Amino acid sequence: MSAIADAAPGQGGRWTGPLDPKPPASPNPAEVAERLENIWGDAPGLRGWFGTVDHKTIGVRYMITSFVFLILGGLEALVMRIQLAQPNATTLSPEQYNQLFSLHGVTMIFLYAMPVLSGFSNYLWPLMLGSRDMAFPRLNALSYWLFLAAGIFLYASFPLGAAPDGGWFGYVPNTAREYSPGPNIDVYCLGLIFLGISTTVGAANFVVTLLRMRAPGMSVNRLPIIIWGTLTASVANLFAVPAVSLACLMLWLDRNHGTHFYDIAGGGQPLLWQHLFWLFGHPWVYAIVLPAMGMVSDALPVHCRRPLVGYTLVATATVATMVVGFGVWLHHMFATGLPVLALSFFSAASFVIAIPSAVSVFSWIATIYTGRVRLTVPFLFFTSVILLFVIGGVSGVMTASLAFDWQLTDTYFIVAHLHYVLIGINLFAVVGAIYHWLPKMSGRMMDERLGRWVFGFMFIGFNLAFLPMHWLGLIGMPRRVWTYGADMGFSATNLVVSIGAFVFATGILLFLVNIATALRSGRPAGPDPWGGPTLEWAIPSPPPVYNFAIIPLVATRHPLWEDQLDEGSERSQLASGFLLDNGKETLGVTPLDGEPDVILKMPGDSLLPFAFSVAALVLFGGLLVGSAWIAVIGGAAAIIALVVWFRPHPTPEACEKVRIYD
Amino acid sequence: MTGTGGHAADRLREIGWGLSAVSVIVVVLIAGLIGLAIARGRRRLAAEGDGVGRDFGGLSWIYWGVGLSFPVLIALAVWTFIVTRAVANPPSPTALTVEITAHRWWWEIRYRGERAADEIVTANHLVLPVGIPVRLLLTSDDVIHDFWVPKLGPKMDMIPGKSNATWLEADRPGLYRGQCAEYCGLEHARMAFTVTAVPVNDFRRWRREQLQPQVPRVGRGAAVFTSACSACHTVRGTGAAGILGPDLTHFASRPTIAAGVLPNTVSGRLEWLGDTQGVKPGAAMPQVPLDEADRGAVAQYIGSLR
Repeated sequence: MSAIADAAPGQGGRWTGPLDPKPPASPNPAEVAERLENIWGDAPGLRGWFGTVDHKTIGVRYMITSFVFLILGGLEALVMRIQLAQPNATTLSPEQYNQLFSLHGVTMIFLYAMPVLSGFSNYLWPLMLGSRDMAFPRLNALSYWLFLAAGIFLYASFPLGAAPDGGWFGYVPNTAREYSPGPNIDVYCLGLIFLGISTTVGAANFVVTLLRMRAPGMSVNRLPIIIWGTLTASVANLFAVPAVSLACLMLWLDRNHGTHFYDIAGGGQPLLWQHLFWLFGHPWVYAIVLPAMGMVSDALPVHCRRPLVGYTLVATATVATMVVGFGVWLHHMFATGLPVLALSFFSAASFVIAIPSAVSVFSWIATIYTGRVRLTVPFLFFTSVILLFVIGGVSGVMTASLAFDWQLTDTYFIVAHLHYVLIGINLFAVVGAIYHWLPKMSGRMMDERLGRWVFGFMFIGFNLAFLPMHWLGLIGMPRRVWTYGADMGFSATNLVVSIGAFVFATGILLFLVNIATALRSGRPAGPDPWGGPTLEWAIPSPPPVYNFAIIPLVATRHPLWEDQLDEGSERSQLASGFLLDNGKETLGVTPLDGEPDVILKMPGDSLLPFAFSVAALVLFGGLLVGSAWIAVIGGAAAIIALVVWFRPHPTPEACEKVRIYD
Repeated sequence: MTGTGGHAADRLREIGWGLSAVSVIVVVLIAGLIGLAIARGRRRLAAEGDGVGRDFGGLSWIYWGVGLSFPVLIALAVWTFIVTRAVANPPSPTALTVEITAHRWWWEIRYRGERAADEIVTANHLVLPVGIPVRLLLTSDDVIHDFWVPKLGPKMDMIPGKSNATWLEADRPGLYRGQCAEYCGLEHARMAFTVTAVPVNDFRRWRREQLQPQVPRVGRGAAVFTSACSACHTVRGTGAAGILGPDLTHFASRPTIAAGVLPNTVSGRLEWLGDTQGVKPGAAMPQVPLDEADRGAVAQYIGSLR
């Protein structure tokens, strides 16, 4: 049973530090801990490093890798802002600029925004769900290694001057062989197909994990919102990613093997690409914000000392956003000359999608208003998300307006809008979430004073960089231009934007310093520094490799707040329950009610995911350079890895059914 | 959003200001609510400590918030569709059709006449009669481009293999800048054109002048042009009949060179001929090897093609 002491607020309502160290609510007695440690721990040395299937290690790797890509993409942006700070600048050639803006988009959207959320979800899901791992740990490792391999594949082209240069949206025929003869676009096509495999296996893993890998009693109406967000995004990805993979495959075939999917001379249609791309692209935009909105919905209430207002409405709105999100893709194509009647439906749907967003916004504000606010750094970031989301939201409503979008589309207004949405909801939420959950991951607190500086630089820099861009768009500055004339009236605003970009980058730099000092010398966090309601705060920080020594039994939505909320007589059991120490085991539950169903034997470390990813990298490398031999070697190695992976095992000795409610 | 030249753009500007005003009001309101919420939340923390508490009444925020947002969104959607209808179709039948074909990275502009002989072709310079809606047929010769004159009306993509129809009307005479709005490769940033809106009588005169072929000339400039430039460029009435580059028959009547990159002046022409690929890297026109005297002669010759 959890017992949370109320921390004394510091002066002026400011939160002054972690609670007194106290034992975790979910105990791990020494003799059991040692046994579980032996069962669940990684093999020593390199084998363990490459072979680990621990969801926490994989989650952290996901986050670190995606932050490396965030920094690369950010540096690309800064170089572009140097070029655009003044009219008629020649810091960059048009070719260099085009590669930079294309790679910047591909990096941020594919290699940062989704993977960083996959990292968080990978780390947090089993901890929040009261499980010991994801449903398919090896598949989990595979999705990470494939992501890393695809990222390396896309970036290896950059120093060779062959980075994608057709924009992240890669419109044909500009990307057809005729107009882009180099390998740049082949890198893009193959890279996205490659990455799509990673996203797909990761998404499938999340869906099955949700259905089966929960603590007993964790019914669907008790799931944290981040689980709803990631689940919704994962289901969406299973439908959306095939569209872009197919589109890229067809483009690659057009470019290299004489097909005519997009080639008018052969009866193809350039607009087919746009339909397929945005059929993927718009749901993807929601997929890379919904889990981040989930972070806000789960973590903001902790700093407001009360449950989220309107849990059911917010969870429903999350799903509704995604459903409607599949019906708005034509709003990226308002100027393509399609019939106005057809476009009007998509315009209307794009207005409607503001409704579920409004649910979240007002839920968050109500949570603050009716809560007891600790002015912590995570609180500052999560609250700024609300404001930035609203700014990105109203500019989204402006672009939803069919007629006015005919003026706005392809201008800097859209650049402003999409950065408010993606940085505002994704990055600000992610940074807040790192302040919130890094103590859990590392066992150490991040410095609040430095954190306030980070917030100040990031918030001011961001708005300085992107708010004026709305104006640039309204006065007619088109997107994706490598320079502009001095007589256009864009110069002063662009200078402000560039200065803002560097202020923002300073904030990110300070943030990295903040993380580094926390990891080295941060104050010990204890198991539950914020006094949180969900299961991850019931175990030590950092969590042991097996997560829960005793599988908890969940009775309410806020297992650690039950005494304070006093919503009924039911209490979650954290100190007694299934031990499951007869081998690497965890509990499988029934999909809806979360009743114990089966003891799952979990797979151990394996080098196969890594081996398969290396083989796939060789395969895609061979396809890129047009070498059948390299491709065949890579493909054969991949098949061998799969055969070894899927070889029949001896009958598992123990898959006993457990029934305790019968 | 400033200084429009036609009523389509006027309508778009109205709804643009309307949407912007609603947006700013919403953002300010929400910012105020967030500030209010933080102030109250901090007061409660100071008064009650930071123990976890259960509170009621929060749900009404969502009901009110969504309830108030919904009619505003409906109103904006209805306004959108009213403006869309007004902007999508011309107010009166169009009397003139102009075909515009985008190339990487310039605009070929063709005025169809009733007879084949009435057709005129120009480049990067669209001349419009004031007060008359003009039908535009837009297509592309290579990649996707987008036709956009911000001060006159909405964008329309130019897609190879597809002819997109739109219309344009300038209600006030003047010069308007047009610009490619869809990323089309290397020189997307420098694919502009000029719209000149003139009174109807001036338009008729301009059209008559453009219909006139040039008279073959003697002299060094004409000779060098014929040998070095005529494979790609047409000057009607002379031997030059190339079709790869812009028709240069009345080149001197156009305000810019190379799709808005340089002013069409003596020095602009010399700069373009002297360093074509330096001025506009990737342009289809190669650096033509001419010595300085030839360059000057050609610049003078094309400057005389009024």
